[in-house]
Amino acid sequence: MTLAAFPILSLVTFLPLVGALVVAILPSTLTRQVALGFALATWVVSLFLLIGYLPGRLGTQFLYVEVYDWIPAFGIQYKLGVDGLSAALVVLTTTLTWISILASWNPIQTRIKEYMISFLVLEVGMIGVFLALDMFLFYIFWEIVLVPMYLIIGIWGGANRIYATIKFVLYTLVGSLLMLVAILATAFAYQAANGGSWAGAFDFETLRTFAGGGGFSSALQVGAFLAFFLAFAIKVPMFPFHTWLPDAHTEAPTAGSVILAAIMLKLGAYGLIRFAVPLFPDAALTFAPVVIVLSLIAIIYGAIVALVQPDLKRLVAFSSVSHMGFVTLGLFVFTEQGVQGAILQMINHGLITGGLFLLVGVIYERTHDRTIAKMGGLAARMPVWAAVFGFFVFASGGLPGLSGFVGEFLTLVGTFDVSPLAATVAAFVMVLAAGYLLYMYGRIVFGEVSEFIASLGDHLADMTPIEILTLVPLATLIVVFGLQPRLLLDLVQGTVRETLGAAATGTPLPVEPNVVLIAVGIVVLAVIARIAFALRPGRSEPAGTVAAEGGAH
Amino acid sequence: MTLESLIPLLVILPLAGFAVTALIGRRLGKQAHWIPVLVIFGAWAIAMALAFQVLTGAAPLLEGSEEAHGYALHWFTWIPAGDFVVEVGFVVDSLTACLLIVVTTIGLLVHIYSVGYMSHDPGYWRFFAYLNLFMFSMLLLVLADSWLVVFVAWELVGLCSYLLIGFWYRKRSAALAAKKAFIVNRVGDIGFALGIMAIWVNTGAVGEATLNIRESIHTMLEAGDANPIPLFATALLVFAGAMGKSAQFPLHVWLPDAMEGPTPVSALIHAATMVNAGVYLVARSNELFASAPDAMVVVAAIGIFTAILAATIAMTQTDIKRVLAYSTLSQLGYMFAALGVGAFTAAIFHLMTHGFFKGLLFLGSGSVIHAVHEEQDMRRMGGLAEKIPITYATMFIGSIAISGIPPLAGFFSKDEILGEAFKFGFYWVWGIGLFVAFLTAFYMFRLMGMTFWGTFRGPRELWDRIHESPRVMTVPLILLAIPSIFLGLVLGLPFGDSTLHHWLEPVFHHSTEELLQLPHEPYALFGIDGILILASVTVAAVGVALAWRLFGADLGALRLPARPERVREISSRPGLAFLYRASLNKWWFDELYHLLFIVIGGRIAAAMWWFDREVVDGTVNDVGRATVGAGRGLRRVQTGRVQNYALGIALGLIVMAGSYLILVGNPR
Repeated sequence: MTLAAFPILSLVTFLPLVGALVVAILPSTLTRQVALGFALATWVVSLFLLIGYLPGRLGTQFLYVEVYDWIPAFGIQYKLGVDGLSAALVVLTTTLTWISILASWNPIQTRIKEYMISFLVLEVGMIGVFLALDMFLFYIFWEIVLVPMYLIIGIWGGANRIYATIKFVLYTLVGSLLMLVAILATAFAYQAANGGSWAGAFDFETLRTFAGGGGFSSALQVGAFLAFFLAFAIKVPMFPFHTWLPDAHTEAPTAGSVILAAIMLKLGAYGLIRFAVPLFPDAALTFAPVVIVLSLIAIIYGAIVALVQPDLKRLVAFSSVSHMGFVTLGLFVFTEQGVQGAILQMINHGLITGGLFLLVGVIYERTHDRTIAKMGGLAARMPVWAAVFGFFVFASGGLPGLSGFVGEFLTLVGTFDVSPLAATVAAFVMVLAAGYLLYMYGRIVFGEVSEFIASLGDHLADMTPIEILTLVPLATLIVVFGLQPRLLLDLVQGTVRETLGAAATGTPLPVEPNVVLIAVGIVVLAVIARIAFALRPGRSEPAGTVAAEGGAH
Repeated sequence: MTLESLIPLLVILPLAGFAVTALIGRRLGKQAHWIPVLVIFGAWAIAMALAFQVLTGAAPLLEGSEEAHGYALHWFTWIPAGDFVVEVGFVVDSLTACLLIVVTTIGLLVHIYSVGYMSHDPGYWRFFAYLNLFMFSMLLLVLADSWLVVFVAWELVGLCSYLLIGFWYRKRSAALAAKKAFIVNRVGDIGFALGIMAIWVNTGAVGEATLNIRESIHTMLEAGDANPIPLFATALLVFAGAMGKSAQFPLHVWLPDAMEGPTPVSALIHAATMVNAGVYLVARSNELFASAPDAMVVVAAIGIFTAILAATIAMTQTDIKRVLAYSTLSQLGYMFAALGVGAFTAAIFHLMTHGFFKGLLFLGSGSVIHAVHEEQDMRRMGGLAEKIPITYATMFIGSIAISGIPPLAGFFSKDEILGEAFKFGFYWVWGIGLFVAFLTAFYMFRLMGMTFWGTFRGPRELWDRIHESPRVMTVPLILLAIPSIFLGLVLGLPFGDSTLHHWLEPVFHHSTEELLQLPHEPYALFGIDGILILASVTVAAVGVALAWRLFGADLGALRLPARPERVREISSRPGLAFLYRASLNKWWFDELYHLLFIVIGGRIAAAMWWFDREVVDGTVNDVGRATVGAGRGLRRVQTGRVQNYALGIALGLIVMAGSYLILVGNPR
């Protein structure tokens, strides 16, 4: 039997679900081993997806497509397919899932069964999002993802976990419900244009062709694009929709943070590339300047706010906002290098920030604290950890030779081609990122051993073999993709071409300057009003610690 | 096997040395230096063979050139992103050959010296691993033929600098200095990165997009004003990178702090090699600068301003390494001034001679610091000449060399810079440069006087324990003293038509002859050139004499006492008191930057975080609160009384019927 005829996509999607069921049935003494086994098995299966993209087979078509009618009355199908981008992201997901399970081996001791089931179900949802080619099916997977993450943060999270998890779920839900409306609107529009037949109304490939031929009206494009964009922008998260992220990251258990940063944020970016741009090219081009400005704000603002974070995880969370700004920036400049850079940045951010959260988890596991000011001198106590942390810190800072550099630089190059000014603004992140990363690294790792660290005495063992094992694959991939970015560039070449081709079919809609002025005016007024409201007398600001440090000396 | 195929070994050897030492160095203990030293020896041998072939013209002609001999080698394609293609390839022309000589020779000697200097350090293996990583990065920097690969190496030397400045990481000051160096360098790197993008966009717009250094410059030159990003802006962006790495004003603040690193690092990275990268970069892209003469003036101005700024600071510093650090800044300023006026060869000449004598001076200062048990303050030194004679003799040679006294190396290169500045019409560069020459001679012999002459001012019991460094440290000093004496004679003669000019002619002549059209007069030793030489030698001699009057001298028959009371009196004169305080406080740049970036920048960042919590997140929470509030309000509707529901149903019916009638009544 050839690979093409085998339902490999369904297998990779639902194997973790089988795992979850098995975990549920078996006694909890076996939970960890079984969960890891299924995660590894899924990982192995997912690697086969890459075989379809060996050099020489770099198509823009979806491979291994599986189609079954699901709700024929409305043309809704069970349809999965994979291209270079989704193959890369599926493998990223399966890799980080087994790493996360391994990273939870010792830290999680309560309700281990429920925890592992949540992770396996989460994996189903994430893989499904990356593979679904039916809009309705995509929406189902999109919402499935929310439930296990809600539980992971809410049950195994930190002190303020309930606030964080409810905020996370409600915020995401608001966006995705609007997206559902937009999905229905496009389906209705297609059905109306198609002589009342529902066939293909939810099929992504059909809709993409329809959109490429200018099928959707301008009004529908604008409305649906904004709805899709809101859903995805919240997930990415783009400024100003990012505030759920620091809370969710801070409260989530280590593995939750890893998955959140490495995969969940990519769902939004993936949605933008896969759906928002090809389905609504005119609207995407029209709103591109807005998205570029928001991306630039995210890049600089996220980095500046990261500079003053007293909490390790919060610092990494804001660095994520900054780094993900590169993804949306690169995508919406619509140049080859920009889109390539955006996709590389997605994958590299997953590897690097995933690693950073694992490393912060290692410290938290030992100290039960994440306050930067309390740490110090860890190089002397945990040299291996310090070295590995240094590796990931410099990877995050875009050190050439490691993978983060290529994505960022390509994005900047692609941006410079369109707007040297935008590239210049974004390039300042080179200094800001070095600032917050080296501030964090120097404070924690260098200097004399701090009182707090000294008081922990023997609890401060260096990394365990399991902990090292969780980081080895990430570090290896960071080096490999840093030295041979071609591996990724070739893999996603088809997707890049597809995205640029879709954008090329669009023409920016005419924009009334007055509308822009009014919109900007409303935003400015709202911000001023909110600032005034926040500063109103008789209201004490919640105490925030500002990390002031004499860095110039 | 041809010599050409050995080029990759220049980078592979140190990288392998780093990898092996990083993995098993801890187990090797005190033997950890063998692999790193041997790989650098190998690299040195290859580099020497290559340089010999290239400089004697025995190497083949480079492709597309009628006069430039050298080797070029394509290795692999790194980033194939559409038409943004980054090729990793090496080119060894005469400019690279000159750099190879400096980098590998001083690199090898510093490696050997470190065997002695770092012998008691618990991080022995780590130190050698970092040194090898640095050599890899630095060699990649001078060998690469692609802008982006140069940038990669550029960042990697920055990383090594960070790791080595912060080598003694337990010291808070070392950790902060390392961070400062990296961040300040990154400021310049923004410019460099944008410059590379500008070059790529330019070449793509007017021809074939390329990142190859030589090809891209030629493409841009042919297009001239047709380039979308003007050449003036492109050149200045590239220069911004050079300013960061070579610590030129206003990005000079990191280099003095970098002295927190072990002294061999100061000698290798922060005097002889890495800080020269900026000079190399501008020299490498000389045609780009030559086609934007306004950018050249900026380079000259920044260079000469840094030269005088740093020299004035060096006058009053008391930490022996800091004096040398400011001296390095000042000498780098000379090099940029030379580049800016179009004297490219003179800049590379000074780069080479300075590399040797400043490397010597730093290693010598390390030997001094070692002798007086990690004391760096010259106020607690004095009279060390009799205790550490080899260090004293070699540092004395270095000091004469840097002061510009003939016939030592520094005289030739410095005089060439000043002479060409004058002849090319940059009288202001010449004038300031001449004054800096005076300051240089003064602060160097102040350093010599305070360190080696007079009487020892440290604790008595220390005096008896002071002894000369082991041979593994003194031999490199002697080996560096030799080129400090003779390099000028070898490369700088005959005047006006020197050996080095012949070597570098193919690299620079298009810029100097055609683009800048610099005047080409015969060298007049008994004319203007002789007068210029006389002037610079005179100011140097005056500087030395003045230093001797104030800080003493102890040279056989010449015995002058130090006169600290006279120094105090002069420095408190009304006119000079301000200058003295400014010099002592390094013109308050650290304070200014602290205020701007830490205090004010910190406030801004804190305000933005407040904005994030209160305005952005506050709005989100308001929406949530409003929803809950609205729900509470609407809950009252659910009263449970049938009458109320019936009323609701009736009202709803009326509204629905009414709207139906209105709609039907008004079709369209």
